Amino acid sequence: MTAISDRDQLSYIAAQAADARVNVELETEGMTLNIGPQHPATHGTLRIVAKLDGEQVIAADPVMGYMHRGYEKLTEVRTYPQVTTLINRIDWVGSFANEVPFILAAEKLMEVEAPPRAQWIRTILFEMSRIANISLFLGDMGLQVGAVTPAFFAFRDREHVLNQIEAVTGGRFHPNFDRIGGLKDDLPAGWITETKRAMKKIRSFCDEIEGLLQGNEIFEARTRGIGVIPADIGLGYGLSGANIRASGVDWDTRRDNPCGLVHDELDWKVWTHVDGDSFARFWVRLQEVRESTKMVDQLLDGLPGGPVMAKVPRIIKVPAGEAYVETENPLGVMGYYIVSKGDLVPYRVKIRSASFNNISITPWLLKGVYVPDIVTILGSLYFILGDIDR
Amino acid sequence: MSRLSSTDTPEETTDAAEAALDGPRNELLARLASQLGDGLVESHLVPGDDLWIRVTRESWAEAAGYLNTGLGFQYFNFLSAIDWMPSPFGRDMDSQVDLTLGHDESSEIDASLEHGVAGGETRFQVFARVNDIVNGLGVTVKVDIPDDDLSLVSWTSVYAGANWHERECWEMYGISFDGHPGLRNIYLPSGFEGNPLRKDYPLLARRLKPWPGIVDVEQMPGGDEEESGDDS
Repeated sequence: MTAISDRDQLSYIAAQAADARVNVELETEGMTLNIGPQHPATHGTLRIVAKLDGEQVIAADPVMGYMHRGYEKLTEVRTYPQVTTLINRIDWVGSFANEVPFILAAEKLMEVEAPPRAQWIRTILFEMSRIANISLFLGDMGLQVGAVTPAFFAFRDREHVLNQIEAVTGGRFHPNFDRIGGLKDDLPAGWITETKRAMKKIRSFCDEIEGLLQGNEIFEARTRGIGVIPADIGLGYGLSGANIRASGVDWDTRRDNPCGLVHDELDWKVWTHVDGDSFARFWVRLQEVRESTKMVDQLLDGLPGGPVMAKVPRIIKVPAGEAYVETENPLGVMGYYIVSKGDLVPYRVKIRSASFNNISITPWLLKGVYVPDIVTILGSLYFILGDIDR
Repeated sequence: MSRLSSTDTPEETTDAAEAALDGPRNELLARLASQLGDGLVESHLVPGDDLWIRVTRESWAEAAGYLNTGLGFQYFNFLSAIDWMPSPFGRDMDSQVDLTLGHDESSEIDASLEHGVAGGETRFQVFARVNDIVNGLGVTVKVDIPDDDLSLVSWTSVYAGANWHERECWEMYGISFDGHPGLRNIYLPSGFEGNPLRKDYPLLARRLKPWPGIVDVEQMPGGDEEESGDDS
């Protein structure tokens, strides 16, 4: 009895070994899949070279540079006021927010402070560019998993905010409105009531998105537990914005290091999520848009009077020195390290853009995920290509 | 995180005047100085605002390790480099209008190295910034890179995020990083010659077509003389 069973077992093992051998012989080479540069999930021209083993990614390598415009070099031959036209194009859906840290850094070197009204309007436009930027994400996140409706809602309702930004600055996407020492202009008449109406529409848009996506079985299945980033890994890669807050890190530059903007005078909350997955990133951004609309309402109510421009020389020469200012932009922390030699032009500007750090985690994060999840993970990390390539 | 609040008190009693200005940053600087010893060459502290330190090339990796594990600076912000040799091209391709805007001395180019905060000795400096997000502190670490050996120890083993920043720094400045897992082009096509962010790399667009200048300073109709303030 025992001998037979032993023999059976032996033959079973032998059969298994033979199977394994066959498997080894049949095993094909890993496949390399090129995603992008032109791919809807890449928001531009990010290319991802993924090495696949079956459906699983074993290595992913993002290839950037298809849109590298060399802004760090170009800033060295432009005067300080001219630089804002360039940096508008870094994150092109939340353009005004790009100008703010640069102007603040230049003001820090010049020891100029914008008048209170300018600071408040700056904060309003800063938060409105966040709304415009992230509402695009909220629609897009549905699109990544096949829900098309949210995208239309997003484009429809984002327009309310863009119209308001256009009414003040004259530009929907490239406002070029921030100046060293203040703002180009004051708010137009009737703008405040219109903006409050727009904020109300955005809040109902957030409710719509929540109703459409949150709790949706497909959406939850595709995002929950997918692309989990532990907090310590995220910190090491320099993730910021909602990406790091979704990993449970309670850190927001607006609250912890408010320089030049007036977030510390408002009543608001930093939202975090402990899961660190794609869903958490979506959820945190959704709450952030709501929080931003509340902030804009408070800012509009408390808007101080007075001028919007401080006294600054006509020809702006920034004293020699170095300054680094970062703000919590829609995509994450954005900072400018300005080296000045007391000239009309900056000597060196290091642009610390949020998406560059945020995307640098992808080789780590995409390892081991399945091919369809690449799209949701990239979507949930939310990058704008201009913010990576600069 | 690992920074204990109990260490605050002895520091403050010994150095009360400076600690009153910026206690946490002074304490941080003192701890860095005692850890790195001679490795810390120079520092620059703006009370209530920011801290810069300059370390020797040998202490570059040690500084990262100590900041990360010893001081709780776990957040990697950015890494880049500065070329302190002024451009040999100056702003000569700017239009005459730009030059008259208070930039008369541009014809002679001062080729001497003039370093920024925390000083420096060499043409190239690498600088990186890390943050302690619990206490809301940031520190910029600088290091001199000698011209005859443009290389530095990679930070990737300490801060994973340094990977791409070092690749960018390598292609833009030609500074190589020892121990980096894959130094290859990140933005530029492979095989690109030159290091574009070096000051002696000409901006070809400007040399082909000079800056129009006048377009940018043209007076708007109506003018804004009164709010322009005092010309300095």
